[in-house]
Amino acid sequence: MVLAATCIAVLSVMALALARALQADTVYDRILGINMFGTKTAVLIALMGFLSERPDFLDIAIVYALINFIGMIAVLRFFEYTATSGR
Amino acid sequence: MAELINLLLLGMLAVTALGVVFLKDLFAVVMLFGIYSFLSALIFVNLDAVDVAFTEAAVGAGISTVLMLGTLSLTGRQEKMSGHKTLLPLLVVVTTGAALIYGTLDMPPFGNPENPVHQHVALRYIQDSPQEIGLPNMVTSVLASYRGFDTLGETAVVFAAAIGVLSLLGLPKQDRAAIESGLESHLVLKVVAKIIIPLIILFALYVQFHGDYGPGGGFQAGVIAAAAIILYALVFGLPLATQVVQPGLLKALAALGVLLYAGTGVASFFLGGNFLDYNVLAADPVAGQHLGIILIELGVGITVFAAMLSIFYAFASKAERKNIQ
Amino acid sequence: MILETISNILLIVGAFFALTGAYGLFKFPDFFTRVHAASVTDSIATILLFLGLILRTDFDLVAVKLVFVLVFVLLTSPTASHALAKSARHGGVATLAESNNKDNTDG
Repeated sequence: MVLAATCIAVLSVMALALARALQADTVYDRILGINMFGTKTAVLIALMGFLSERPDFLDIAIVYALINFIGMIAVLRFFEYTATSGR
Repeated sequence: MAELINLLLLGMLAVTALGVVFLKDLFAVVMLFGIYSFLSALIFVNLDAVDVAFTEAAVGAGISTVLMLGTLSLTGRQEKMSGHKTLLPLLVVVTTGAALIYGTLDMPPFGNPENPVHQHVALRYIQDSPQEIGLPNMVTSVLASYRGFDTLGETAVVFAAAIGVLSLLGLPKQDRAAIESGLESHLVLKVVAKIIIPLIILFALYVQFHGDYGPGGGFQAGVIAAAAIILYALVFGLPLATQVVQPGLLKALAALGVLLYAGTGVASFFLGGNFLDYNVLAADPVAGQHLGIILIELGVGITVFAAMLSIFYAFASKAERKNIQ
Repeated sequence: MILETISNILLIVGAFFALTGAYGLFKFPDFFTRVHAASVTDSIATILLFLGLILRTDFDLVAVKLVFVLVFVLLTSPTASHALAKSARHGGVATLAESNNKDNTDG
């Protein structure tokens, strides 16, 4: 019961972060929303595993956390490129 | 509960897709594509397709985002305004969509075990693979053994893609003149990256060799290992990364993986079986299957790692060269 | 039984912090306060939620994996936020106080 409620809560956090990413004033706000979305997906995977009572798929949560970090760094790196050359 | 989660995820998926259509800043579009991949991977997890989710998260959200960002740094950030009329395309889309929805009315009920798709070969795989191959992860059995030809083709496609990109863009030359990059002032990032990169490579090895027992395998492991080096290149600069993993080595590795895969097939030829028939590789057929699957997964992993990383090198070196000019 | 109660409390508090963080994304006035809201609640919510989940395991491989994810997120998430804030600073995003000052001198 609590698990399900937590799942819904995390899903709504994801929805809010997505909304932030969709209608942001600056690119940095978008990145912020997307970063929050990524960490919450890792949490949601873990929660979903426990909800379906087969919590042995946590490898995917690790991949999510990892890919989220790398994607974030890549966005920052290439944003610096495009910010200097694109204007 | 699973249905509710599915509905919420699908709703977010639709919103993200609309955002991709309406936003003009391509940078934001690429990031939204990353979210789109995360969401579809979550849906796959919810539908118990764990291996697919694994691949989608690693390839779709990780590597393709990085590569698309690299492309953007070469092409520019703003979407060009198109002068098309929107009425006719809209009409076409609506008609096609209506036809597809009409088509779904005839589809068998979702998730019913009696559906034709579950009666074809899936039944045989589920019944016979424990005796024939004996791997706990049936997906790996199907992917690497029953469908070994397909996977060989996929590996060759990855290899061919890498060749194509390299012949268009070229690999970076190893010059020692390090290019100053913006992230080099990020001290915290450097320290954390140093801690994390070994962990990522360790995890990639775990995924590679745990693929027989759980979600994972060569594709995912290759991508994750490439992601570790990509992280290194992003934080410490491309010149240092090309000294750690040299572009020439990558070319050799990309070919080696495919050769290892095809060589396993040829070896089973010579031992008296069919192409990619692992039963003959060892005295016991099941042990032969295990050996063959480990070998070809290794081949897939090596090729995917080398192909992904060399594609990234090609894009990133172009971007850096453009950036200093 | 006691473990489950503790786990429930941790999960509820964690979900609460996650929600406040998402609310803060919209509510705070300038970018740096928003980063602050997002990253701090992200960390605390992840710690609480994963501790809550660990208490629900049999303390086997699943618990070890949960600890691994937790450590990983705790390393990466603040780092990413830090890098983001630093990039924003370099990219010329002004804090609330600075933009207020600018408005005053302009007006």
